[in-house]
Amino acid sequence: MHKMLWALFNRDMTLFMQRKQDVVTVLGFFLIAVALFPLGISSDPDLLRTIAPGAIWIAALFSTVLALDRLFSEDLDDGTLEQQMLMPVPISLMLLVRLVAHWVITSLPIVLLAPLMGLQFGLAFNEIAILTLSLLIGTPILVLLGAIGAALTVGLKSSGGLVTLLLLPLYVPVLILGTSAVSSTMNGVDVTAHFSLLGAALIVSLVLSPFAVATALKITLD
Amino acid sequence: MSGIRRIPWMKYASASNFYPLANLLVPIFMSLALVLAAIGLHLGFFVAPIDYQQGNSYRIMFIHVPAAWMSMFIYLLLAMYAVISLVWRVKMADIMAYSLAPTGAMFTFIALLTGALWGRPTWGTYWIWDARLTSELLLLFLYLGYMGLYSAIPDRQRASRAASFLAIVGAVNVPIIYFSVIWWNTLHQGSSFSVSSGASMTDAMLYSLLLMVFACWAYTIAVVLRRAQAIILERKKVALWASQISKK
Amino acid sequence: MDIAEFLHMGGHGFYIWGSYGTALFLMIVEGVWVFKRRNKAKKELERMEADFARVDGQGMNG
Repeated sequence: MHKMLWALFNRDMTLFMQRKQDVVTVLGFFLIAVALFPLGISSDPDLLRTIAPGAIWIAALFSTVLALDRLFSEDLDDGTLEQQMLMPVPISLMLLVRLVAHWVITSLPIVLLAPLMGLQFGLAFNEIAILTLSLLIGTPILVLLGAIGAALTVGLKSSGGLVTLLLLPLYVPVLILGTSAVSSTMNGVDVTAHFSLLGAALIVSLVLSPFAVATALKITLD
Repeated sequence: MSGIRRIPWMKYASASNFYPLANLLVPIFMSLALVLAAIGLHLGFFVAPIDYQQGNSYRIMFIHVPAAWMSMFIYLLLAMYAVISLVWRVKMADIMAYSLAPTGAMFTFIALLTGALWGRPTWGTYWIWDARLTSELLLLFLYLGYMGLYSAIPDRQRASRAASFLAIVGAVNVPIIYFSVIWWNTLHQGSSFSVSSGASMTDAMLYSLLLMVFACWAYTIAVVLRRAQAIILERKKVALWASQISKK
Repeated sequence: MDIAEFLHMGGHGFYIWGSYGTALFLMIVEGVWVFKRRNKAKKELERMEADFARVDGQGMNG
């Protein structure tokens, strides 16, 4: 069974590699969104440091939502998704593998670029480390929860705005945890609690989200 | 044949019992709402004394608190109907859930607006990002998401099941949102405002508040039942149309 | 009690009447909408049933 899952993972990776412009679009969106904050607010270094965690996290959050559009839609159009639902592996496991691949392709580059963004906003090295770590734990949660929204709206025309509306309330706790980890570090507050909660949220969403996504897909592909 | 009339009715078996019952209940609860609100407002405006700290502005409480409670109760009720509709596939439960959503969203909006109007004279600002207001705002998004998803999916069966599932996910998420916002609030703001402190409740205030809560409940029951009736008839129309087409 | 004084509400009139005014307005609008929607659906359904019954050459049976 794990051979089949590995093949699935490889398929998603190769497919994404063939459509590099999708990855580039998401990354470009992230970079531009982050760059717009200083341009739109102020170049004052103190202010920039204050808004840095929120700006980078919000840009990462919207990049995730943008990337989710591609999670199921093309596979639905060419019938791949229905084939995959019939594979002799549990649907939730199949989905988990696909979500991990999706995260590696669309979110990992953002996590890796985040330190550069942190430098642009004048963050210190330990703050950058916390920021990157919070994104490393936080973005998989965003992908896992986001997949529920993507599954519920799959096949709908112009679902982008709707997905955003469905997902933002779910994303609020993750955003709060991630940004406050960074700003607490700036204020010299211990952030063990933040990361315990983030870690717990990651585990819970790793366990529950694939089932929720499977249920949602079964409803919408009915 | 004589099946024209029967097919839709059988399809909505429980709806056929519901419809006349709603006809009976709607006027009762509508008048109940009017009477309760009249007594409640009389107590709230003419009997309850002025608050020495907040002045008269605290009287917004008699609409704000019931609206805020209703916004949460209705979402809970909606989620319960969503479970019934999803697990046991009871059509009437889905109609009830869908009928509750606009009224719930309206009460959420009223709670937000009256909260802002109360906040200005009390805290000196229309809006603060405190835990209650922020959660209430997110609740509004949950309602809008439910209604948006329901109306975005063309196939009604699929729309009902997808939206019900979303409502359940949302209900699970509500406490998480609430506690995370409280936590965020304690990190970023030294003091948090407490609405109830300061105003010590007299009997008249308490009775006014309770009467207004019951009035809002009665209003909700009347309006939601009426909307459910409308939805039943609209769906019956579609079913009738379909059955007529298929006969040709 | 003086009416003007009552409406003034010790300087808080705008906030109080703004709150109650909007709430009342929204509830009336929602109520009227819902009642109209039901009545419209009822009328359309009755007309449709009558039309179909005529097409079938059968009387109304219910």
